[in-house]
Amino acid sequence: MAEMSLCNRRPVNDEETLKALLSDTGGKEYYKQMESLDVDTDLLWSTISKTMNSRLKTWLSLCAHCGMCADSCFLYRISDRDPTQVPAYKIQSTLGEIVKRKGKVDNAFMRRAMEYAWARCTCCNRCGLYCPHGIDMGVMFSYLRGLLYQQGFVPWEMKIGAGMHRVYQAQMDVTDEDFVETFKWMVEEYEEDYPGLAVPVDKQGADILYTVNAREVKHYPEDLAEAAILFHLAGADWTVASKGWELTSLAMFAGDWEACRLQVQSVYDAMERLRPRRMVGTECGHAHRATVVEGPYWAGREDGLTPVPSIHYVEWLAEALREGKLKIDPKKRLKVPVTLQDSCNYVRNHGLRDIVREILSYIVEPGCFRDMDPSKEHNYCCGGGGGFNGIGLYRAERNKALITKRDQILNTGAELVVAPCHNCWDAIRDMVEEYHIPVKWSFLKPLVISMVEIPDHLKPKE
Amino acid sequence: MLAFLTGPMFWIALVVFVAGLAARGVWYVRGLNWQLDRVAYRAHPRAGIRGALRSIFYWLVPMGTRGWRVQPFMTVVFFVFHAGVVAIPLFLLAHTVFLAEKFGAWLPAMPQPAADVLAWAAAACIILLALRRIALPEVRILTDLQDWLILLLTAAPFVTGLFARYDAAGYESWMIAHVLSGEILLIAAPFTRLNHILLFFLSRAQLGADYGIKRGGLKGTDVAW
Repeated sequence: MAEMSLCNRRPVNDEETLKALLSDTGGKEYYKQMESLDVDTDLLWSTISKTMNSRLKTWLSLCAHCGMCADSCFLYRISDRDPTQVPAYKIQSTLGEIVKRKGKVDNAFMRRAMEYAWARCTCCNRCGLYCPHGIDMGVMFSYLRGLLYQQGFVPWEMKIGAGMHRVYQAQMDVTDEDFVETFKWMVEEYEEDYPGLAVPVDKQGADILYTVNAREVKHYPEDLAEAAILFHLAGADWTVASKGWELTSLAMFAGDWEACRLQVQSVYDAMERLRPRRMVGTECGHAHRATVVEGPYWAGREDGLTPVPSIHYVEWLAEALREGKLKIDPKKRLKVPVTLQDSCNYVRNHGLRDIVREILSYIVEPGCFRDMDPSKEHNYCCGGGGGFNGIGLYRAERNKALITKRDQILNTGAELVVAPCHNCWDAIRDMVEEYHIPVKWSFLKPLVISMVEIPDHLKPKE
Repeated sequence: MLAFLTGPMFWIALVVFVAGLAARGVWYVRGLNWQLDRVAYRAHPRAGIRGALRSIFYWLVPMGTRGWRVQPFMTVVFFVFHAGVVAIPLFLLAHTVFLAEKFGAWLPAMPQPAADVLAWAAAACIILLALRRIALPEVRILTDLQDWLILLLTAAPFVTGLFARYDAAGYESWMIAHVLSGEILLIAAPFTRLNHILLFFLSRAQLGADYGIKRGGLKGTDVAW
């Protein structure tokens, strides 16, 4: 069969292909081509033979079929307890079946597997906490995504996202020049209010190398200014890299492991080049997981650590507040009921559950914080994780998936949801729009800026 | 017949059981790969071992994890069943006598009334586990032939053992069935999901090490299982 122009096994490595994909609005033609995409069963089986080790094989065979994972999955719970939404069933009937058939599966099977991998699992890893045998189905679904990506059975937006990383080393078509210029321009916008505000680019040996989400550059440049303002007010010695500034990885959602490696390597190269004392990433969940938690493994770093210690924005912010580098005006603390969205990617998957609560203890009036139930590492996915937010094909399923979080939020009675994660933030925004619930949502940066005290020497001169 | 089953056949079954599981365990551990698993096992042995032990410990404690606490019915059935299938074979008086004869060392025997209660309770739990497989759609959809086979293999020594205890007239035949079914269970273990006798510990240790090293352990956060 002739190789298809849009939907195929080739990763996107150039601008031209990216543009061709982008011009196919909504991936209409792309998905049509997918219906006749061959499965390279030899490649599938040889990949499995090379990469499926004893842990994954044991997870598949050890499953006691006890069903205790069912209730741990929010997608099962909001699907009227549909048995085909039980995590163990979802992985056994996709990855398990591929292995059982030694890779001999057809187009229809792969398209079904794609739906399971991207619309029935957000890789939130919650089920792994509920399996008595310690089987983490989120990890297996991530592995399955890699197999599907390699075969070309990947949602249109994910193919594009991974391609963006390959072409731009960013999740969007934002060039290094765009990044530096936008950051400088945003900082200039606020120079009058904050005299001396600047964005140091490529400074050697700074305390902090700050990395961002390309979306901030393209759609939310205010966020860049806010980061600069808070570093400025805290008197931080910080810098950004003109190359290797992108923390995110849609490639991770896509299962494009080579693009994952290229992406994190660009950030690690910036660390090696500028030798900061540490790296601080923006308020993003998956980006932190990609670059800080999983990235070292993609890049072949045997200690599992980044070249310089790397922390999430919440860790830096908690430190700045704790050490008094940023002082909160107690009169301006949040006095409405506030709840917190724990991001799966750095709470369940990197243990940062208490530090965000520490921040809230500084910025929320005592008695106003209402935790969700369940919370911390047992919290549910926002409903849009793992790429779910961005896939048009599964929009209806994603909107339904928001119900769990909607009800969790409503049950707290909170008027404001603090969401220090881009994915969660988006999901909550869409939820408010879709279900008309009376809550506001916010990153931490604008909240802190609204209540931080400006030291006299940093105040604008009259 | 009984002499053969309790003699050479016992040793054959035991060797298959031990060697088979050991081979399975060695294969598992040797197959772990820091880069494929994305867990730096060797770089952080202390954090890994700590996470592994926590993970095993909390899941061995009834209601020790949130997973156990949110499903109390399953948890009670599960623990009573496992208490029975582990304790009765090792600590029933008749078994300790048998094992002392074979190995020359005495295991402490549990009082007979306690053994009776535990054996009946475990048998009841086997029935409840079977009913659960049929009744709950989320379990039914996962269930395959092997699930029934291993439940049957586990039930057989219990049922035959209880009959041997109460049916004096048929004692000899029940004993043959009892010893035989016990040995079939031992031989089947390495080749079926009964291998969780060992792999439960290894798999739990692996995920525990993952949490202990990569997913927060090095940050000083102990996952609240």
